[in-house]
Amino acid sequence: MSSGTLSDARSPRSERVRTMRLPRRLRNIEFLLLVAVWLINLAAIALVQLGALGATEPTMLGLTLLVSGLTFVMHLELRVIAREADPFILPIATLLNGIGIAGIYRVDIAYGDSGWESAAVRQVVWTALAIIIAILGLVFVRNHRVLQRYTYLAMLVGVVLLLLPMLPGIGLTINGARVWIGVGPFTFQPGEIAKIALAVFFAGYLVTRRDSLSMVGRKFLGLKLPRIRDLGPILVIWALAMSVIVFQRDLGTALLYFGLFLVMLYVATGRFSWVLIGLLLFGGGAFVAGRTLEYVGGRLNNWLDAFDPVSYDTPGGSYQLVQGLFGLAHGGLIGTGLGQGMPEQTPVAQSDYIIATLGEELGLTGVFAILALYLLFVSRGFRIGFAGQDDFGKLLAVGLSFVVALQCFVVIGGVTRVIPLTGLTTPFLASGGSSLVANWIIAALLLRISDSVRSQPRLVV
Amino acid sequence: MNRELKRVSVLVVLMFVALFVSTSIIQVFQADNLSADPRNARTLYDGYDVQRGSILVAGQPVAESVASDDRYKYQRTYSNGELYAAVTGYFAIGGAPTGIEGALNSDLSGTAGSQFLDRISRIVTGEAPRGDSVELTIDPVVQQAAWDALGDLQGAVVAVDPKTGAILAMVSKPSFDPNPIASHDSDASDAAYSGLLDDPSQPLQNRAIEGDLNPPGSVFKLVVSSAALNGGKYTPDSEFPNPSTYQLPGTDTFINNSEGGSCGGGDTATIATALRLSCNIPFAELGGALGEDTIAAMASAYGFGQDVSIPMSVTPSTYPAGLDAGQLALSSFGQYEDRVTPMQMAMVSAGIANGGVVMQPNLVKQVLAPDLTVRSTFTPTEFSRPISDNTSATLTQMMVNGVENGAASNARIDGVSVAGKTGTAENGGDDPYTLWFTGFAPADDPQVAIAVVVENGGGLGQDGFGNLVAAPIAKQVIEAVLNR
Repeated sequence: MSSGTLSDARSPRSERVRTMRLPRRLRNIEFLLLVAVWLINLAAIALVQLGALGATEPTMLGLTLLVSGLTFVMHLELRVIAREADPFILPIATLLNGIGIAGIYRVDIAYGDSGWESAAVRQVVWTALAIIIAILGLVFVRNHRVLQRYTYLAMLVGVVLLLLPMLPGIGLTINGARVWIGVGPFTFQPGEIAKIALAVFFAGYLVTRRDSLSMVGRKFLGLKLPRIRDLGPILVIWALAMSVIVFQRDLGTALLYFGLFLVMLYVATGRFSWVLIGLLLFGGGAFVAGRTLEYVGGRLNNWLDAFDPVSYDTPGGSYQLVQGLFGLAHGGLIGTGLGQGMPEQTPVAQSDYIIATLGEELGLTGVFAILALYLLFVSRGFRIGFAGQDDFGKLLAVGLSFVVALQCFVVIGGVTRVIPLTGLTTPFLASGGSSLVANWIIAALLLRISDSVRSQPRLVV
Repeated sequence: MNRELKRVSVLVVLMFVALFVSTSIIQVFQADNLSADPRNARTLYDGYDVQRGSILVAGQPVAESVASDDRYKYQRTYSNGELYAAVTGYFAIGGAPTGIEGALNSDLSGTAGSQFLDRISRIVTGEAPRGDSVELTIDPVVQQAAWDALGDLQGAVVAVDPKTGAILAMVSKPSFDPNPIASHDSDASDAAYSGLLDDPSQPLQNRAIEGDLNPPGSVFKLVVSSAALNGGKYTPDSEFPNPSTYQLPGTDTFINNSEGGSCGGGDTATIATALRLSCNIPFAELGGALGEDTIAAMASAYGFGQDVSIPMSVTPSTYPAGLDAGQLALSSFGQYEDRVTPMQMAMVSAGIANGGVVMQPNLVKQVLAPDLTVRSTFTPTEFSRPISDNTSATLTQMMVNGVENGAASNARIDGVSVAGKTGTAENGGDDPYTLWFTGFAPADDPQVAIAVVVENGGGLGQDGFGNLVAAPIAKQVIEAVLNR
């Protein structure tokens, strides 16, 4: 693919890099990190209990050990079937997941929820399920390039999942957004899984079509514009995103899919004109939506005039945004300490505002640590993209890591008033089963691709 | 492809930099503003998270925080709440604290600058945070005497040590019990508060230092006398025409002396006689001769129009400006738009008692850290020097005469020379009078300066007068001080 990686092997650093390649060493690093992460996660739960209850309580500590055990199983699995997989991805995912459970559990205590009422207990069960799915996924997908065969099936699955909540009978509207399905007592956000299917589809589709999308076209004002007939795909994705805004009333999800597509399109074609066209399309659509759709306009208003008494007191106004800001400010630099803040003052403190919950009790220090973990996770994914030899694997790795980065930005940026707030889950942290399953699948895919990349005989990462 | 990937990496880094910046702004740079937002319930709850310091009188808590098993952790309780309400104020979940609770909130709640190092060390030791306690200058015996002496009347009593400015007693009636307002049940707290707020007798007003100020009537003559004698142009024997009625300059209105007739007989009356018998006409004439500016300067030197903090802030008393001749005459014996607090009148008496030096009135003796070490101690400070030592001695003698042989006779105490001045102020039309006494004792070595106001005519409509109602109250308080 690129000669850069080959020349690296001859650079003075090659000795150190070569030793990194020893598979056993990679897995040993992973194990050491995991041990540290297990201890942190256990300590977090214990601190929550000591801070909020004044004593430790064995049930939740036991459940944390269960999660640790499952990640240990996954680690052992990697030793056997993906020996050269990236050693950081599993520990980071485990740590974020564990901190998230601690934050959710902390709010449970404030709400007085226990047993199946407890969102933390449900989160643990979902975590277990998500890790098992990831473990099985690694068993069944032994080579990521297999996925390329299912490009169009992935598209079908993605679109169906996306549209599932629109079906009467199983579709549910929660907090104004119709992005849920309910079967019996279970609710699920199929859009979370759809983002993986769509990433697979985008990667497969762009790999086969990148030549026509990047080579052909006329130059205009220094930009190489695509042919009209090549605009088809971007218009379809745009229409899909707009329908999500209009019919599912979910700005965040639409932004996520469209952003994912644009970035993958840009990486595949190297054409900036695609990004411009995409931004114009989405910006125009969002502008019209802001003018015509009440909920979009309201979000915008809450963002700009959060402290205005009118938007603060309006139902569905900026109240929860401002409460989240109060919570973060309450934490300050070093936080109140786990179990000692008042995160329950903020609505939806376990899902959309989990970062405000953790920011209150862990302070800016903790928020920086969490952001750094995300950045590290994303950078590991990009690293796989840089090093990959097959275009499909590169694109998929970049798409999957970028979707995590974008999702963090949209949610945390929304909570901290960088952008208008739109409902999305914070990857690995927030309460919600669909999100956990999706993000653990992403972790598993990145592990699988990184193993394939490193196993290539010639190449050094 | 890797070139594009690099650019996307830059985009991702920029997105995260935005998040690093936004969280830093919220959690560090804007944190204080956000915490100060009145809608921020966390700040409110935090105020209760700390075991608030006690307010102590003679070492005994009159307000303290005791452990409660609700989310506020500590319940503020007031022993003998009504007796001390004018001093303590209240600390409630729904609103800003008042009284000492408000004025020394940062010390009591442990957030004052002086407690910074303690807060740091608590982070290390994990000790539960506690606020500082505040020891007051109030003497419980004097406070109780003032409370009892005022009885069911509407008004206020202020007693200060003229040599230090230490406030020995501060009572305002009708009073209220702060305990129901401090309830953690916000409905009960609101109900207690609005009940008091809607009460026509305004129990929440601390009449000693605030509220709708009263006209001073004849007690203001002390200020006019100070201006006259301190200027050097007049002596106690300076004489003024002594008619039995006096036409206010520039009007058709005639005024009388309060007892009717002339001031002690004769064609002229001295300033000494006019003060002793509390005659209006000579003071109207004296005021006209002195002029508005001279009187205003003296009033201001005593504290009129100034911000006084005890450390609650005292509503400034007023002497009007831009007077015509008739208004000047009326305001010279404490009518027209003169308005004063009892605290201000106590400062006037205390200044005369203390050789012409007004000491800064003050309620706080010391601030004590949770381990009872002294954090800070109040040191007496001079507020102003409105009159000379000589003038103060002359005025003292004139006030002693007023008690021994004049209009303030009901403040007489056997064996003690009491200096005093009464006042009976009209409120216009048929409204009941406002009744005053201010003075100090013993005259040769003053232990206490006092001001008593009784509103609403002391229940006697226009039949009550200062010597009848206010002077006996002052007498009981002075006795309490001298008998300690």
